[in-house]
Amino acid sequence: MCGIAGLIHRGKSSKVGHELQGMLQALKHRGEDSTGYALYGETDGKNFIMRFKVGENVGEGSTSVAEDVSVYDERKKIVDSYLSEMGAKIVKEERILPYSLRYEIEYNKKDLLEFSQKIESIPGVEILSMGKSLEVIKDLGNAKMVCDRYNLDKLVGTHAIGHARMATESGVDIKSAHPFWGYPFSDVSVVHNGQLTNYWNNRRALENKGMRFMSECDSELIAVYIAQKMREGASLEEGMKDSLIGLDGVFTYFVATKDSLGMAKDTMAAKPLVLYESDDLVAMGSEEIAIRSILPQEIDTYDPFDGEVKVWQI
Amino acid sequence: MANIKNVTKKTKAQAMGMHTEVLTGRTQQKFFNPDEAENFYYFGTYDVDFNKRTDLDVKDMTAADANKEIDNLMSQGYGTIVIKNPQGKHSLGVGILNKLNLIFEGSLGYFGMGSCDGPTVRINGRVGWSCAENLMAGKVVIEKNAGSCFGAAIRGGDLICKGSVGARTGIDMKGGTIIIGGDAGAFTGFMMQRGRIIILGDVGINLGDSMYDGTIFVGGEIGSYGSDAVDAELTKSDQDWLKRKLKVAEIGEKFDVSKMKKIVAGKKLWNYDNLEPTEKKGAI
Repeated sequence: MCGIAGLIHRGKSSKVGHELQGMLQALKHRGEDSTGYALYGETDGKNFIMRFKVGENVGEGSTSVAEDVSVYDERKKIVDSYLSEMGAKIVKEERILPYSLRYEIEYNKKDLLEFSQKIESIPGVEILSMGKSLEVIKDLGNAKMVCDRYNLDKLVGTHAIGHARMATESGVDIKSAHPFWGYPFSDVSVVHNGQLTNYWNNRRALENKGMRFMSECDSELIAVYIAQKMREGASLEEGMKDSLIGLDGVFTYFVATKDSLGMAKDTMAAKPLVLYESDDLVAMGSEEIAIRSILPQEIDTYDPFDGEVKVWQI
Repeated sequence: MANIKNVTKKTKAQAMGMHTEVLTGRTQQKFFNPDEAENFYYFGTYDVDFNKRTDLDVKDMTAADANKEIDNLMSQGYGTIVIKNPQGKHSLGVGILNKLNLIFEGSLGYFGMGSCDGPTVRINGRVGWSCAENLMAGKVVIEKNAGSCFGAAIRGGDLICKGSVGARTGIDMKGGTIIIGGDAGAFTGFMMQRGRIIILGDVGINLGDSMYDGTIFVGGEIGSYGSDAVDAELTKSDQDWLKRKLKVAEIGEKFDVSKMKKIVAGKKLWNYDNLEPTEKKGAI
């Protein structure tokens, strides 16, 4: 049982970091092994923001093996040299935690596949997100702990999705935590609640097409599946509709891009989702209490039906 | 197993997997007074006055505290309680085995009004998953939409949603009536065993899947029929019952019931017996 939440402000920006923290904290009883945020912040759109990790959080019930900080330093040095090799210029660098970094990068090529493959060829390094607006922040602990650790409270943006995880299919670590970046697409992220039963069949097929998987978490398949559909020319909505047939199991998931937010629910409607929709705000979550954390007044909400796909623009 | 002919009664019982010790605990308490003329009330219920009314603001209360306070107010004779600011909290109003007029000024989360027997409830908002699960008797009216598993396993009473409901409405229901003013999701009436479901709008896929018995009436389009769910003739008495029920439910009073579809179990799927154990004993 995991909890997912998402919101999109239409026509304005807001403190989405703070709002999503409230929503996810309200869902912490659904799982607090790890919590993740995909925040779409206000930027000038010139540079890429790369969130990446050079190691795992080994505290707080983690299933990862402890490593010395000097190993992280070494990996960071290799990342820096690879960036330089590929003509990417680091404009701003933040090392929030020994294992977690945020770079603002000047990089002119549009195809991020080669870029990502090069960076992730360094053992222990994973790009959590790459985009001109998207920032994926995920770590062990509940929503408030992660928010405080990464100072997300003040982040202003248009939309966000997040996930409170109870680890069932894979380990308690950052690499299995949601959201997943829609590698190698800029600014695409996914969160999921449910189980996929044809994970390995799909994974093998997608790996044969050159797509990469960083974890053994079934939810990652959704991000990769939709990314592959988009690579083949489908729109986000088309890719999501296709996933209702291609993915087997029970699921409700959200996908976000630079300017849109979408939801899909499997044909059995086995996983919960409550939705609030108005002209200037769409908010949704696994339970109504998530929405109530940002809209305490009486509002009209509903459950999307089975096999429903919806996409909203900012 | 040992030779049970040659052992004492106690050992024989133990050998057969039974026990002879005196059981204690709540399940062994006397819940009914055999001396009552009409044995309709549960042990520990209250005599309340519907004209005695009070408000209860649950904004800063946990669900457990709110439910305890409802019980406390009933013990003071309050027969009409208005709950303010429920704000989508889970498990509000569960386990009320009392006559009571309960009004929620807002929405409920999951498991609202579960395992109730007797109250009349109006929810001026929406409800989450599994609303009124195991309802035995009474009436629950929801003014807006409801989540999935609406009225799961109810055994009696009327459950009315004026908006739309999610998937698996009336799953495993064993009696009572569920009335939906809007649309219903997939697997409506899944494995239902008795009772009736009325849907004025459209319904999703696998309607009445694996139903044992009971009846589903649909006013709109049907996504698909579930396994062993079949059409049946809508009789005059069905139409009269539908008109009466919709009128009492204050919903779709002007709805043309003559065009509704009636769905029942084909009874090809199960080795089922439509008699309760006690009825069966009587029949034998």
